[in-house]
Amino acid sequence: MAQTYNPAARRTRRADPIAGLRVAITGGTFGLGLALVREFVVRGARVAFVARDRARVERIATATGAFGIVGDVAGKEDIHPIAMQVVGLLGGLDLLINNASSLGSVPLRPLGDTDCEDLELALATNLVGPFRLTKALLGALAASAREGRGAVVLNVSSDAAINAYPGWGAYGVSKAALHHLSRIWQEEFATQGVRFLSLDPGDMDTPLHALAVPDADRATLKRPETAARELIAAATVALAGRSGRQRSRDGGGADAGVEVAAASG
Amino acid sequence: MIAAREPQQRAPDARLLVIEADGSLTHAARVGLVDFLRRGDLVIGNDAATLPASLHGVHLPTGAAIEVRLAGRLARGTAELRRCIAIVFGAGDFRTRTEDRPLPPALAAGDRLALGPLAAMIERMLDHPRLIALRFDGSATEVWAGLARHGRPIQYAHVSLPLALWDVWTPIAGPPVAFEPPSAGFALDWQLLAALRDRGIGFATLTHAAGISSTGDAILDRRLPFHEPYLIPVSTARAIRRTRARGGRIVAVGTTVVRALEHAASFGAGVRPGAGFANQRIGAGTRLRVVDAVLSGTHEPGSSHYDLLRAFADDATLREASAALDAHHYRTHEFGDSMLVERRGRCISCSCESAERAAA
Repeated sequence: MAQTYNPAARRTRRADPIAGLRVAITGGTFGLGLALVREFVVRGARVAFVARDRARVERIATATGAFGIVGDVAGKEDIHPIAMQVVGLLGGLDLLINNASSLGSVPLRPLGDTDCEDLELALATNLVGPFRLTKALLGALAASAREGRGAVVLNVSSDAAINAYPGWGAYGVSKAALHHLSRIWQEEFATQGVRFLSLDPGDMDTPLHALAVPDADRATLKRPETAARELIAAATVALAGRSGRQRSRDGGGADAGVEVAAASG
Repeated sequence: MIAAREPQQRAPDARLLVIEADGSLTHAARVGLVDFLRRGDLVIGNDAATLPASLHGVHLPTGAAIEVRLAGRLARGTAELRRCIAIVFGAGDFRTRTEDRPLPPALAAGDRLALGPLAAMIERMLDHPRLIALRFDGSATEVWAGLARHGRPIQYAHVSLPLALWDVWTPIAGPPVAFEPPSAGFALDWQLLAALRDRGIGFATLTHAAGISSTGDAILDRRLPFHEPYLIPVSTARAIRRTRARGGRIVAVGTTVVRALEHAASFGAGVRPGAGFANQRIGAGTRLRVVDAVLSGTHEPGSSHYDLLRAFADDATLREASAALDAHHYRTHEFGDSMLVERRGRCISCSCESAERAAA
């Protein structure tokens, strides 16, 4: 991308820590992911997003100016090609947001009626995919940390990771595992300067929520744009290196960057 | 030595031959590498990720099957892959030894190539019937996507299974700029990096676009390596300065790191951070300015990698080491065993050198 020198823009950029940030977002064509892509682009970040549907990826890349990558995080063969395009196009990586999620079975079913394949799909998309992609991008993230830019992996969690909601078995189990994965990554990578966040954006008015709860009162749901701004605020704090002093909402004290509950409010 | 045929980066039984500064040899398990390093040393790795730089396709003017191996970039900027130097092979794949591969059809500027989802044109010939400047059609994003979908890692006949990207990316792989893996870095893993930290040993990286190692053509091989761009972060240059001021050793992981650091130090004021082209050959006559030891694969005499080791150890020592590698059946090639070679006569107490080091 050609960039022209513009002193005024430079001043603005310096003021906003998001400006110039290199961000990758999985599941960037719907709901929270799309809201994150838009918000990061508006604030001057360099953004690459990943989604499965080629036509949607191209449309949203054109509309936002972000780099669109076609791929499926649930597929082992797709991970390194995705990682290569992310780092190739952005020139490095400061923030990875594992946002792409699968409910497993639609409509939601009790565990006794859940097909094993649906559980496997939820685990592949919500747990193994984020693990593989994070692993493939660790080199780029650790380099960013060493260069003093900060490096953060934000895994989008859910209150279903903590609470045992009937009907949310496959999804809840996969999000619980992702949450624990984040905590262990955080313990192991603190010394390398890469921070891991596991954040619950809250119940949002998104296509995924509509699939899970078709008769929900949408007026009671959070707008994905609001959740996106809250997650970005939390990621900004972590990038600046203050995540270790954050407190989780239950007052349980510093949890080394992993917040169990909502990003805020 | 025997060829390592399995694409396993960190075989549990991988071995390490240590050549000390006084020429003595020690056989060790590579998992014990950290025991040969000292508090205050700085280990520097190459964090280049490897591109899937082998593209099969068709030379459209003749309809002949070809394999194109990307070998260098012709434009600056990490995202810019549209113009490349490439070497063209005839039909077949890596299972045939490169020197036995059929030649491609006669190539000329303007020829169109169909490479899976990618379309390209030969911009010009580069003084050899198989060496071309190539330009891909489409945007940078499209070229990355096409390469991700269709490209395969460049590989050679000694490994019979087709390699995937995860086979050739080191654990620290970041920017996808290498055409073949900086394979000395296969020895690194996150556990080792944590152990370095625990023992007060530093770790830093640079990015060096390792080029291709063999073309199967003697004339082309003599032109290798092509100019290889590198990038040294400011934080790495600073860590080197600090380490040397305190008398620690600079330990390069791989010959690419040696070439980048020595090139960046050739301007006389320590290691210059930023971008450069490592275009020098390092060999017996080279005076090393920065690197005190190199972790490397095991190399056959006569290869350019072996030549580079001659800057670290004298020929008698290297002959002895080669004999030891053979006698103890060390494995060679990119998935093989390793050597740690410390520069001969390194002596930080001698005044001329310490003055020079302080200046750097």
